[in-house]
Amino acid sequence: MLEALNRTAPAKPVVARQAAPSHLLPMRARGLSLEIGGKRLIDQVDLDLQAGTITMIMGPNGAGKSLLLRVLHGMISPTAGSISWSGSGFTEAIRRRQAMVFQRPVLLRRSVAANIDFVLRLRGSADEEKRHAILEHVGLLALARQPARLLSGGEQQRLALARALALQPEVLFLDEPTASLDPASVLRIEEIVQNAHLSGTKIIFITHDLGQARRLADDIIFMHRGRVLEHAPASHFLNQPATAQGADFLAGRIVL
Amino acid sequence: MQDFAEAFRLAFSLILEADSDLLEIIGLSLTVSLSAMLISSLIGLAVGAVVAVLRFPGRGAALVVMNSLMGLPPVVVGLVVYLLLSRAGPLGFLELLYTPTAMIIAQSILITPIIAALSRQVLEDLYGEYAEQFRSFCVPTRTAITTLLWDARYSLLTVALAGFGRAVAEVGAVIIVGGNIAHSTRVMTTAIALETSKGDLALAMALGIVLLAIAIIVNAALMSLRATATRYAYA
Repeated sequence: MLEALNRTAPAKPVVARQAAPSHLLPMRARGLSLEIGGKRLIDQVDLDLQAGTITMIMGPNGAGKSLLLRVLHGMISPTAGSISWSGSGFTEAIRRRQAMVFQRPVLLRRSVAANIDFVLRLRGSADEEKRHAILEHVGLLALARQPARLLSGGEQQRLALARALALQPEVLFLDEPTASLDPASVLRIEEIVQNAHLSGTKIIFITHDLGQARRLADDIIFMHRGRVLEHAPASHFLNQPATAQGADFLAGRIVL
Repeated sequence: MQDFAEAFRLAFSLILEADSDLLEIIGLSLTVSLSAMLISSLIGLAVGAVVAVLRFPGRGAALVVMNSLMGLPPVVVGLVVYLLLSRAGPLGFLELLYTPTAMIIAQSILITPIIAALSRQVLEDLYGEYAEQFRSFCVPTRTAITTLLWDARYSLLTVALAGFGRAVAEVGAVIIVGGNIAHSTRVMTTAIALETSKGDLALAMALGIVLLAIAIIVNAALMSLRATATRYAYA
């Protein structure tokens, strides 16, 4: 396990895996900006995301990563710029084909099973077999009757991920889902994410963990002060960042 | 001091003998206040949930009004209901004045704002936790409201019981619209006021003890519910 978490593991080669491409992709953002209280938090972001890859967003704290994720998911409207998913502007119908998992899992005050049932009912497909399969997939079947908030941090995050996957999203946004989890929990989450990716879900994943980026990422978006400074294949960014800020970030120096 | 002890002795003997007048008064009090609590809960929880979830123009003003109405003076409520139900009033044709129904209406008006304002606070706090995830899941407003009401059910029960506590201890409104008529509209609080003024301290004391016992039972129930809610929410 420790070996698997080795931060010096070689970067994942950029190869398109056997994944059915999402119909929502490609995603194209142009001139995306977000101002809150007169402060520009996302600044003129242009971005193209393709199907069949795990895209990771990295950058120092306050770079605007989480905000960008929320803007792409349509939870916050940008003050300028445009986003199109497969050529269409953002609508709620598009958001229904996506899902998001937050850094702090938001679980209903119900049992593990009832948390899954909630989202299955939302999509009009609640049945015990589906719930059983989902919980088994994430290793929570034995805890199905437990109150969700009694689970450990790692189990809660797996439940949040299972609930998102129960929606069968074409795009899955993950906002630092493994922050503050122990190594075993991190690996289990990564395994579930990999499986989702292999079954055709586009993954857009925020992380600060360079080892995780090496293990999972196909391409990396590097952000600083609300701007995208680099968007490159993972091996390029991790081995030869194109910007001084990227190099500082990878070296663990303060990014100016 | 001797009168006081004697009053206590008589009070306990009335309770132990299950005095029929005493039981009738207690029964009517519970019927009126529990009915008011149910009606107020239906209205108050719905209003509280809507205000907690929806954002609409004038919401700030609505919150101020809701919170202010928590302190409604019972005698003013009694007076307004009296004017509405009196023969010359707009609802006089219903002939409800001096009936238990009039007392239920008055108590409902009195405690609905309490239940609405307290439940709004409970539900808004929970919605603060759920809102982002709900938006991500595209949860319809109606589903969001029913989910909040279900997930906060233990806390909302404590809110309803707080409303009941206020209703059962209230005297000003029910004495105006009920008239404190023996065997018809006499409840514990109005009976205590009457028996005290007549000097029949034993019955007044017995009713006071029962009222106090109800308050203790309600508070014990509140504490137990709070413990259950905490166990489910934050364990």
